Amino acid sequence: MTYKSVGESKPRYNALAHVTGEARYVDDIFIPGTLTVKVLRSPVHKGIIRKLDISKAEKIPGVYGVIVAADVPCNTYGYLTLDQAVLAEKEIRYMGEPIAAVAADTVEIANEALDLIEFDIEKQTPVFDPLEAMKPDAPKVRPEGNVLMVGGRPYRLVYNGDIEKGFAQADEIVENTFFFPSQEHAPIEPQVSLAVPEKDGRLTIHTVTQGMHFLLKQIQRILGQGEDLSHRWSERMQYSSRGGHLGWSDIKYVGGNVGGAFGGKTELHADAIAALLALKTGRPCKWRWTREEEMLHSARHSPWRITFKDGVTKDGRIVARQVFTLHDAGAYTGFSSYVVDKHAFYVAGPYHLPNVQVKCSVVYTNKAPTGAIRGFGVTPGTYACEIQMNMIAERLGMDPWDLRFVNAMRNGDQLATRTRLESVYLIETMQKLAEVVNHPLNEEYATLTSAPREI
Amino acid sequence: MALLEIKVNGREYQVAVDATTSLLTVLREHLHITGPKVGCETGDCGACSVLVNGKLRRACLTNALTIQGAEVVTVEGVGGSGRLHTLQKAFYENHATQCGFCTPGMIMASKALLDENPNPTEMEIKEALSGNLCRCASYPNIITAVKSAAQKVTDGGGDR
Amino acid sequence: MKKRGKGIAMAFYPTGMGGGGDFTNAIVKIKPDGTADLIMGTVELGQGANTVLPQMVAEILGLTYEQVRFINDNTDTCPICFGSFASRVTYFAGNAAVEAATSAREKLFEIAAPDLDAPPEMLEAADGMIRIKSRPDKAVPIGDVATKGLYELHQFVVGTGTFGRPRSIPDPENGACDPLATLAWASVQIEVEVDTETGIVTILDSKSVYDVGKAINPALARQQVEGGAIMGMSWATLENLYPQYPSPNFQPRSLGEYMIATTMDIPNIETFMLECPSPHGPFGAKGIGEMTANPPSPAVVNAVHDAIGVWITDIPITPEKVLRALEKKKKEENDG
Repeated sequence: MTYKSVGESKPRYNALAHVTGEARYVDDIFIPGTLTVKVLRSPVHKGIIRKLDISKAEKIPGVYGVIVAADVPCNTYGYLTLDQAVLAEKEIRYMGEPIAAVAADTVEIANEALDLIEFDIEKQTPVFDPLEAMKPDAPKVRPEGNVLMVGGRPYRLVYNGDIEKGFAQADEIVENTFFFPSQEHAPIEPQVSLAVPEKDGRLTIHTVTQGMHFLLKQIQRILGQGEDLSHRWSERMQYSSRGGHLGWSDIKYVGGNVGGAFGGKTELHADAIAALLALKTGRPCKWRWTREEEMLHSARHSPWRITFKDGVTKDGRIVARQVFTLHDAGAYTGFSSYVVDKHAFYVAGPYHLPNVQVKCSVVYTNKAPTGAIRGFGVTPGTYACEIQMNMIAERLGMDPWDLRFVNAMRNGDQLATRTRLESVYLIETMQKLAEVVNHPLNEEYATLTSAPREI
Repeated sequence: MALLEIKVNGREYQVAVDATTSLLTVLREHLHITGPKVGCETGDCGACSVLVNGKLRRACLTNALTIQGAEVVTVEGVGGSGRLHTLQKAFYENHATQCGFCTPGMIMASKALLDENPNPTEMEIKEALSGNLCRCASYPNIITAVKSAAQKVTDGGGDR
Repeated sequence: MKKRGKGIAMAFYPTGMGGGGDFTNAIVKIKPDGTADLIMGTVELGQGANTVLPQMVAEILGLTYEQVRFINDNTDTCPICFGSFASRVTYFAGNAAVEAATSAREKLFEIAAPDLDAPPEMLEAADGMIRIKSRPDKAVPIGDVATKGLYELHQFVVGTGTFGRPRSIPDPENGACDPLATLAWASVQIEVEVDTETGIVTILDSKSVYDVGKAINPALARQQVEGGAIMGMSWATLENLYPQYPSPNFQPRSLGEYMIATTMDIPNIETFMLECPSPHGPFGAKGIGEMTANPPSPAVVNAVHDAIGVWITDIPITPEKVLRALEKKKKEENDG
């Protein structure tokens, strides 16, 4: 079948706009009267806010609104677990956590206002190391404890077969621990949000998010559920027919053209605070994060600590694979309760494993919350797995290519989740790679296919 | 407050600025010329790259009053009015963009290179563009695009 | 002394949210001039959603790519897309767009059928025409069909589409579930050169084979593979947000302190794409946007081991780590 469009290297839809500089990103939108937003962030890692006085900041000429936790109708959000505060009310869980926000005519006035916010945080002892955080006497990052319980266990458990039986069949046990560090997405476009009160009392938010409807659900809850705080809003916003609760259709996200994301724009980041200040002031409010804020406080890749313990036979078959993973979530759950599963499903790798057991633990620490990043959950798994494979090959004195051919998945094989797979093509990609790098394969591996293995 | 007089993309402007206003702020917020981007404001990413009197500069680190009377060219003006520069066509034809955010700065850095060195080697292209970060990592196609543009100019078919 | 080594890594990657539950909707509207609007809430990040989705719709409707407009800019008028993540757009948004285009095409067939004197089942859309399958000379321009439908028959010539996967909750005892739409596969080899005096690791060459199901737009697919390869190699040698982990002290604060790959860091990159179709993906396509960043880091670790016989398994592999590892190895050899 010859396709006329599909399969063709058509020019990117907005390539012309890219090369002429006409492409419009959120920061390129200028609306007269827009105020600049700056946010007061906690200078301590863990503590309790004992005093917060914004009265001096509010009085500076050129400041049109200062908000605190009491201005947020519903002050907790998240993906599956709603535990994160938009503006910290009492509890500080990480350095950089937002406490108050200012909307002013210029960046200089906004920064001046931040300096005049008086606050007092009673410092508490933070915990940074997930291994420490798991101990019973560790400082509590959150009241429920520092380890996420999944189905009554302090880890997600995924297993197939019988791991102890598998180890008993092995000739060698190969155990190694790997560390995959935290990275920052570092898109060249920073986090930025422009919230604009509309003529009819609705709110438009120009956003850099990767999922407009995904975040619309979250921000509508923050702005539209919980307490009616419209008396704290500008009269202009109170005057709409919508009362103190913004519904799904009272908020419009405008976006769809993002300057790089890589998973780093799946969080509310700048949107909620810009929106709250727009409600407070009745004016368009833009919050553009500095690169420093992005580096220190935006959702980042979590650090992962992964231990592989494999039972292998002399001829290179992996008969038992046991994985234990520690995911350092940072101060709030974010996507961690989701990624712990995704990781556990795939960490054991694209190999046929008759006996497999995976335990993946989410541990909270007093660091900036972690979030989604390219490869989410699977990246550290591939990392650990593929180094482990070469380490097994080294132990057995085997060629790393051969070890993979021996164990490669085929059609009909199962993931650790017992999902039976179809359209498996690992062997084909390996054969093609061997060809392009001139790695000679023996007859058996050169002619192997992904046809279901004979039992 | 002081009066800044500059020419941007061939047009003269007078802008009221203060002692700390950057050229990037003048271009984007006063003149609404948004090709040069805010990526870091510390001169690390190159997304704000423009030509000032023919030389490549970081607009975020350029104090506006220090370039009183200068001629500035941004990606919007690199081809001249209504036209596409050879580099812009080369970037388009060689799939040299992904999210497009680094593209304006990348094109200006490429222009600065070709102005000085019309026949650069691959290594010379890499060095000239090493100050422009592209997280989407379109680098391979960008290098191809610059080579292609240089070739066109050498063959007499394009403008520098 | 400079030593070279090669390292391989193999990988698989799922398309869609882990455990399902995500969906995307699409609207395709045919206009009186025979062009089409594809209206979706799918966000363009630079991955090329705004290109491959119109390409698919153009294919179904027999239009050129240039005749399909992509509108995705707001949540009022654009239907719900779960989001541009989890490598889901080509597959999920693609399937929704294909369904919407197919549904719009059905309407065109019904409108055109009486004029072509053939039942709708006998018709096809190609070259901007609705025509009889075996009689390409019996054709009507799509614009005329749409105009007739809109202005004479007062029909709204529009199609809608949805694609989603039901949520699969893992069994609390053993984690069993049905977590994926489809899997893509890859094999990668990276060659490095390690300078044993300075500890610097230079990546010389990357060769990758990726199964993409179907490359809707080969140039864009290639950009994903190259872009991901460079990001993965950057992770392997340059990037660390917590240099004193687990302490958050001395985190990098700028792109000058946190180094990401520049033009000077890229090796020779060769990409080979296999097309092993997914059974239920649009035109057999799979998602590959994220996967491409995964195999490079372990491949670099394996290559460094091949070059100098030490395992450095906590990336980034900095010159310090290389020199310390070499020192340790030398000491062990002397002691042993």
